[in-house]
Amino acid sequence: MSLIELTNVHAGYGGAPILNGINLSIEASDIAVIVGPNGAGKSTTLKAIFGLLKVTQGTIRFAGEDITNAEPDALVPKGLGLVPQEFNVFTSMSVEENLEMGAYIRRDDFSATMGSIYEMFPPLAERRRQKAGELSGGQRQMVAMGRALMSEPKLLLLDEPSAGLSPRYMLEVFEQVMRINRAGVGILMVEQNARQALGFATKGFVLANGENRFAGTGRELLDNPDVARAFLGG
Amino acid sequence: MDDFIFFINKALVSGAVLGSIYALGAIGVTLIFGILRFAHFAHGDVMTLGGFVAYGLALVAASLGISTFWPTGFIVLPLAIPITAAFALGIDRTVYQPLRARGARPVTLLIASIGVTLMIQGLIRLVAGTGVYSFFDTEPKELIRIPTEWMGGSRPINLTEPQLLMVIVTVLAVVALHFFLTGSRLGKGMRAMADNADLAQISGINTRHVIRATWVIAGGLACLAGTMLALDVSLKPDLAFNIVLPIFAAAIVGGLGHAYGAIAGGFLVGFAETLAVFNWSVVLRPFKDSIPFEVPADLYIVPTEYKLTVAFVILVIVLLARPTGIFKGAST
Amino acid sequence: MNLRALLLFAAMALFIAAVGWWSGAAFITFIMLNGLAYALIAIGLNIQWGYGGLFNFGIMGFIMLGGFAVTAVAYPVNGAFWESDGPAMLGKALLAFAVGAALVVGAWRLQRRLLKGPAGIALTVLAWIVAYGLYRSQIDPAASYIESEGGGGWVGGMGLHPLLGWAFGGVLAAGAAYIVGRISLGLRTDYLAIATIGISEIIRALLKNADWLTRGTLTVSPIPWPTPLPQDFQAWGVSIPVSFVYARLGLLAVVAVVLLIALVLVQRAYEGPWGRMMRAIRDNHIASASMGKDVKRRQLEIFVLGSVLIGIGGSMLTSINQIYDPGAYQPINYTFLLWVVVIVGGAGNNYGAILGALLIYVSWIVSDPLAQNLFGALSDASTRIGWGAIPEIETRSSQMRVFLLGFVIVAALRWAPQGLLPERIRRDL
Repeated sequence: MSLIELTNVHAGYGGAPILNGINLSIEASDIAVIVGPNGAGKSTTLKAIFGLLKVTQGTIRFAGEDITNAEPDALVPKGLGLVPQEFNVFTSMSVEENLEMGAYIRRDDFSATMGSIYEMFPPLAERRRQKAGELSGGQRQMVAMGRALMSEPKLLLLDEPSAGLSPRYMLEVFEQVMRINRAGVGILMVEQNARQALGFATKGFVLANGENRFAGTGRELLDNPDVARAFLGG
Repeated sequence: MDDFIFFINKALVSGAVLGSIYALGAIGVTLIFGILRFAHFAHGDVMTLGGFVAYGLALVAASLGISTFWPTGFIVLPLAIPITAAFALGIDRTVYQPLRARGARPVTLLIASIGVTLMIQGLIRLVAGTGVYSFFDTEPKELIRIPTEWMGGSRPINLTEPQLLMVIVTVLAVVALHFFLTGSRLGKGMRAMADNADLAQISGINTRHVIRATWVIAGGLACLAGTMLALDVSLKPDLAFNIVLPIFAAAIVGGLGHAYGAIAGGFLVGFAETLAVFNWSVVLRPFKDSIPFEVPADLYIVPTEYKLTVAFVILVIVLLARPTGIFKGAST
Repeated sequence: MNLRALLLFAAMALFIAAVGWWSGAAFITFIMLNGLAYALIAIGLNIQWGYGGLFNFGIMGFIMLGGFAVTAVAYPVNGAFWESDGPAMLGKALLAFAVGAALVVGAWRLQRRLLKGPAGIALTVLAWIVAYGLYRSQIDPAASYIESEGGGGWVGGMGLHPLLGWAFGGVLAAGAAYIVGRISLGLRTDYLAIATIGISEIIRALLKNADWLTRGTLTVSPIPWPTPLPQDFQAWGVSIPVSFVYARLGLLAVVAVVLLIALVLVQRAYEGPWGRMMRAIRDNHIASASMGKDVKRRQLEIFVLGSVLIGIGGSMLTSINQIYDPGAYQPINYTFLLWVVVIVGGAGNNYGAILGALLIYVSWIVSDPLAQNLFGALSDASTRIGWGAIPEIETRSSQMRVFLLGFVIVAALRWAPQGLLPERIRRDL
């Protein structure tokens, strides 16, 4: 049984449909990457999984359970986490408070988890009392990821985690992602920097116009001339 | 020196009391705006409702023969506050929540809250008539006189017991709120939701709990404010309309969504109103030799009839000049 | 008009006929007079909200200005005032006002062009303080002089024809709307609603307390009609009850003509290119602005236009009732009632506005005696049980309709946000 499985998912905002029958399935050991041109429905897929827009057809199953159109705050206790692309930190709250909010559903002592987040992202440890809104782009991304990890998810959804970051930070982000995956968390990532992301992806999905176009391991997709020509650009 | 005491009595004390009332009301309005994203016009009526609930309970208590050192209206507050909070929750459940579920715009919710205002007003007047009620029909209002001989004055500083209680209670409420917002899980959840509602949901924060807590706090503070106002002055059904716009002015001045700003805004508006209708010629008298022009017998910044207008003017000016409030902060 | 509209109008006509039969011709004609004035105001609000998407909650302020206008124009001249020093003192106060206004505008312009930052703000604040002090120094003595015996009590009217008063009501409202609109139309919708409430309250306070201008709580009456009064008919030998009916029918004709002219003009504008542009702007600011339409100017146009009708309607109301009492204006009878009219009648539809106005206004008037009867019956019943009569029954029963109005607002928003006669194009509340 896969960790998460999307079957023929149609979804959209109000009237206009964006996803027209998406299929994908991922295991906990996977680092899965979704790539494709703008407007292909990449971010929309993540939002559909997390109940942020209406799924009109098809099902989404997580660890065997049907979670189609579930409320977002009900998904976190089940083991899902989402790092949105924009507005992904509580700017008026401190770094530490942001992490605390990530652990909102936890009633146990989460100081160990917080400690490991600070180990993973040392710059945050130095700035734990600073307001998240005052941090740089790269540091904010760390806070955003740390916040999602505080609930110890089994599957982490990331929406363009390297967006707006310098190449050095982008590599760091990707390294963190791999480290998180090695610790046992499944990754489903949307990325604009397709080349680099597919380089370490165990599964790749190319979307266009709200539909699946190509699928395979990251390596396979990179080697596929059709994919390279149509979607990976230069 | 006596003139300075006059200033303390008429300006400082009155301003502090009025400011406390506005501050408590404004906190509720600003929390509701920050978390539910709409202007709750009916908040003044929730205050009035709270005052009437307390009055009713005080009557019951008096008939049971309960009487203490404190005003009866004050000691029934621990019961009146939860009742009012429950009312506030009920209003949200029946009126605003269905509209929110439909995706209604903030202005629609504002109009709905105007409808709620009318319903509460009509109901209160239906049940209680349009007369004026006083908490002190059956017991005296204690006066506290602070002698000022040690300062060189010959008149005491006058405070009524309710006024003193009001200021103390406000300080306690503010401190309690601060600890709640910065120290408790639910409080931080509220701040998170006011900061970024979508992200709060994604983080697993139970937004329904947070909304409930918001109404409970807002309703409770409104009951406190309404009752204390009634203890200070008197209880009238149209207490509400005269309060609602100054409270909005206070909340907007402080930056909608910012609880601390609302407190500051409340005192700002309260003092502005009080000082605007204060007779400055009394205070200027001792200095009249050093003032180049003749100080008239009565010097008011605005005539007393325009006291409330001061709040409206502040409201309009802040909305036009700095809708995000005069303290740093976001409002949309 | 489609079938649904025709049916609703027919139903309403029946309703009014029923009320008329129950209450008598004299009363129903009086109700219709007020109702049609409300209908004109409702069209004005409809232009602002239905066409422009502007939430004007300061309607009452403009209505009061209209009432003031017709009083100032149509009420007989107060000789005592003009013979005293009053006009001269008032002239000085007006001069002070003009100078103060010039100072403020000048400082504001200066701040915007040259002196930005704290220095500029300080300058503007200083200008305001100086202007305010200057104005107060002249108006306070002028006001107390005029209000005293020697000054004639108040400035009086100009003794001109009431229809000119109505026109002046439109002009005054337009002027106020221009100023209010220039400074506040940039706000987002709910802030605009609150700002307009605040401005309306300021206007109310000013008109109510300026005894030298409006006689304040002493009120001004009787304000003449543009058509013969009942007393005139009586002088011609008509019996008293019939004179009221004839006189009111005469005024009704004039009011109806004004309403009809307004309706025709507005409908033609709506269906023409101007209307299409307005709706495009209303439905999508951003797209329209990117196409080069001057959104702010158009919104100001709509706001002023709607206010003209509101002002004329306000003048008509004061004319009809022949009394100007600034202290008696309650937001519930004007602002909130009219918003219910527009919500229930259907935004963006003028026929809906008229339907809503007549329906709601007549219901509002009728609800008072109905509630009295209901409560009277309840009180009798409770007395019979032994609980005693309901105290203060008149004031209490009239609160019933306050509750009901609130309930209608909430219910309409929840279950019928489109109103009875919605615009043919979808309009969301």
